[in-house]
Amino acid sequence: MEKYGIGQPVRRKEDVRLITGNSHFTDDLNAEGQLHAYFLRSPHAHARIIAIDTTGAKAAPGVVDIFTSTDTEADGLGTLPCLVDLTELDGTPLFKPSRSVLATGTVRLVGEAVAMVVANSLNQAMDAAEKIEVDYQVLPAVVSSVRALEADAPLLWPERGSNVCLHWQNRDRGDVDTIFDGAHKVVAVDLVNNRVVPSPMEPRCALADYDALSGKSTLYAPTQGGHRIQRTMSKAILKIPDGDLRIVSYATGGGFGVRSKLYPELVLTVWASRKLARPVKWRGDRSETFISDIHGRDQINHAELALDADGKALALRIETFLNVGAYLSENGPRIPITAGGRIVGGAYDIPALYFSVHVMFTNTTPTDTYRGAGRPEANYIMERLMEKAAIEMAIDGLEIRRRNFIANHAFPYTTQMGMVVDCGDFAATMDQALDIADWNGFAARRFEAAGQGRLRGIGLGYYLEAAGGRISEEMRVKFEPDGTVTIVAGTFSHGQGHHTVFSQIISETLGVEFDDVNLVQGDTDIIPDGAVGTFGSRTSQMGGVGLVRACAKIIDKGKVIAGHLLQTDAAGVRFQDGEFLSGDSSVSLADVAQAAFDPQRLPDGMDPGLDESYHYERGKDENNYPNGCHICEVEVDPDTGNLEIVAFAAVDDCGKILNPMIVHGQVHGGIAQGVGQALCEHTVYDEVTGQLLTGSYMDYAMPRADQFPPMVVDFNVVPSPLNDLGVKGAGEAGCCGAPSALVLAVLDALKDLGIRHIDMPLTPERVWRTIQDARAAG
Amino acid sequence: MDMSGEHRIPASIQAVWDALNDPEVLKASIPGCESVDKVSDTEFTAKVTMAVGPVKARFKGQVKLTDIDAPNGYTITGKGSGGAAGFGEGNAKVTLVEEDGETVLSYTAHASVGGKLAQIGQRLIDATAKKMANEFFTGFVSHLEETGIAAPAPEAAAPEAAPSPTKFPQWAALGAVAVAVVLALIWYISG
Repeated sequence: MEKYGIGQPVRRKEDVRLITGNSHFTDDLNAEGQLHAYFLRSPHAHARIIAIDTTGAKAAPGVVDIFTSTDTEADGLGTLPCLVDLTELDGTPLFKPSRSVLATGTVRLVGEAVAMVVANSLNQAMDAAEKIEVDYQVLPAVVSSVRALEADAPLLWPERGSNVCLHWQNRDRGDVDTIFDGAHKVVAVDLVNNRVVPSPMEPRCALADYDALSGKSTLYAPTQGGHRIQRTMSKAILKIPDGDLRIVSYATGGGFGVRSKLYPELVLTVWASRKLARPVKWRGDRSETFISDIHGRDQINHAELALDADGKALALRIETFLNVGAYLSENGPRIPITAGGRIVGGAYDIPALYFSVHVMFTNTTPTDTYRGAGRPEANYIMERLMEKAAIEMAIDGLEIRRRNFIANHAFPYTTQMGMVVDCGDFAATMDQALDIADWNGFAARRFEAAGQGRLRGIGLGYYLEAAGGRISEEMRVKFEPDGTVTIVAGTFSHGQGHHTVFSQIISETLGVEFDDVNLVQGDTDIIPDGAVGTFGSRTSQMGGVGLVRACAKIIDKGKVIAGHLLQTDAAGVRFQDGEFLSGDSSVSLADVAQAAFDPQRLPDGMDPGLDESYHYERGKDENNYPNGCHICEVEVDPDTGNLEIVAFAAVDDCGKILNPMIVHGQVHGGIAQGVGQALCEHTVYDEVTGQLLTGSYMDYAMPRADQFPPMVVDFNVVPSPLNDLGVKGAGEAGCCGAPSALVLAVLDALKDLGIRHIDMPLTPERVWRTIQDARAAG
Repeated sequence: MDMSGEHRIPASIQAVWDALNDPEVLKASIPGCESVDKVSDTEFTAKVTMAVGPVKARFKGQVKLTDIDAPNGYTITGKGSGGAAGFGEGNAKVTLVEEDGETVLSYTAHASVGGKLAQIGQRLIDATAKKMANEFFTGFVSHLEETGIAAPAPEAAAPEAAPSPTKFPQWAALGAVAVAVVLALIWYISG
């Protein structure tokens, strides 16, 4: 018999619906009498708008109206906020230029929305957009964060006086420099963490409905939890009460951080529908997703590690240049700092740290949270440093890691960034991974590959993650009159399988049948005001614990009702396996739930129903710290530079596992995404014109299933002591370990050629050129 | 995108130069050229409607001539805006040399596209531009023949790697339109 409790590999409830095409994505929805929106976007990376003439376009067939920033400003629409507060060492705050929903005066990136056409059909809107005449005065553009720092670089925000949005430092560098000066050994790496384009399955889409009688708008759009967007859009931008804006999200086809943001098009779709008192639908196409959704990563890092004669780290210095794009997205500037910075130094004991981040404006799409958000970058830096230190000090790569891991007895361990890492078992986790990857048998495999003219390499990436995101979440559990249970979740499943896992928790905690549990999510009118959403690998802890505690309240109330039914004192009632017990008598939870709807069977003064909410708030800096060891084996064809991933093994510590099948899936997906960045995904802008050259899947390569061998995945479970379930996040782990493992495997394969450095992505061309250069250098 | 090509035209250098400076000849050679407005002796604006496959777009463009060395050559710079599809711009250095009573016209051109054209059409721009260049020359030479300026001769040589005129997907057609306009404008001059 299949078991449905916590820890069981229960098949996902969601999958039949998803894989048979019976899920609703936003574009599946239409409202009667809806209009269609189309956005005219800037073809220039940087230009002054001299004039916009919409006269001819407005007369085009089917056009209802055309809006520019003149209209949005006349209506007093607010600007899109950046939600980050950071300061420089001297207290200077982050420079936050305002971002209008439609370009005002200047466009700063290709794809910035300049005008919105609303017409009876999408084709009519597109045709009319062709007739809008925009007179641009083209300005010079800059796309690289390092180039943007140069004195003669074009300025995006002349009032700022430079392209530096923020120069953040964790401290004065003085003491750290002293440690470096006296160190036995210093190793340094210069790394490019390439920009990636997120690829949810459904391009962004929005349908805004408006009820003129009540003044209420409903926005249907893919999100990662509607409340965040609702609050900002209603109060700060549209300037209407929260209650006048309802946000509903159905299937999203993946969130990855990119779907959690408030974008100009969402605001404009709602605003236009209110203005025209008609439903308005906007369906972005894939090329719009490429330029108008946020991008991920894009860091240039110079990092140095000071070590003693035994290879033990003494101090770490990192200089990061973050390309934040032309405008600040909600979390953009904080990605390396308060997102990645939580685990800077990785799984290693770093006694001293100087960490400096230049947040740079460029004429590119804004960057923000993308699966892992700063942690993949920080872990990649550490693994490249460790491997380089091992080579230069002639210490085995595994040995140098063992010497530097945060030891088990050191937990809770406070990092140089002031974060407290709760627990871990890093050396044992690595040993377990070495075992399932057959690390010791690698030499023989390498020898065999060499006989076939192929260069085989193995690489290991240890990572430390920080999960939990925002510190509160609200979950509600209610019994229905028919005996089924409905979970009303503040979290939002956009592919993770929450319905399945939450049903397991309910089944385990209340003894309710797995199939009798329903999930309601993604509707701001129904989910509680305290709802937050799903991002930052937070749902297992924030939603899971909230749910368990709501169940505890259900049981408490149930005991009172059971006591009343059994004519005994509630204090003497126990709950076990779905039954309330008192002495020899018992009553089932199902019966108690039935009774709860009948006031005559309830104690005096008790409200009917069995319906409890729990607002869970964890400690402010209390993250949980997933970690793990990923091992990748590759074979490189030295004649073509093509590489094949021949084996991939991962041992993760995601704390207590709620459903191993789902966590395996999370790990697989994360690895695929990490490998994608390391192997092929690469966003390229023309350095002179600022044009996006990799603007479609013709030029932007996503990883494919045939590039992956079967992955061997296991766990080393170290329950987090910080939450009731002992869970740690699992969603972003794979992205953090895979890039290091893959790149170090390729460097290992090429080491006999004297190659010590290569940057992601490891395209055949790049690998081939690196080999050619090494051979030419002799 | 950089391209170069060479064409032999069975006419004297002066005749070719004159034709290249005759707006009517060029208008006839550029498919879809609607109007030409002279801004100054060396500057013009033009409107061109181009249809490639199912896609039709109207481009507005400006053209400027520099380094004029009659009848031996000039540099021409063009810019075309295709609205929501993006824009194209480019320049070409053109030289004419008389050989055996015929004229060898050679050019080196640089063109770039922006906006949606750059984003989705990058990969087909080169091939499409060369195809369009070939079409222009074919039209130009046959116009000269029809009007008796040139002797009937073998077809103008195609630029290298000209693709077969197969059916393009919609976005490729957009790229083709932009490049065609750039080239059209590059070649449009008036005395």
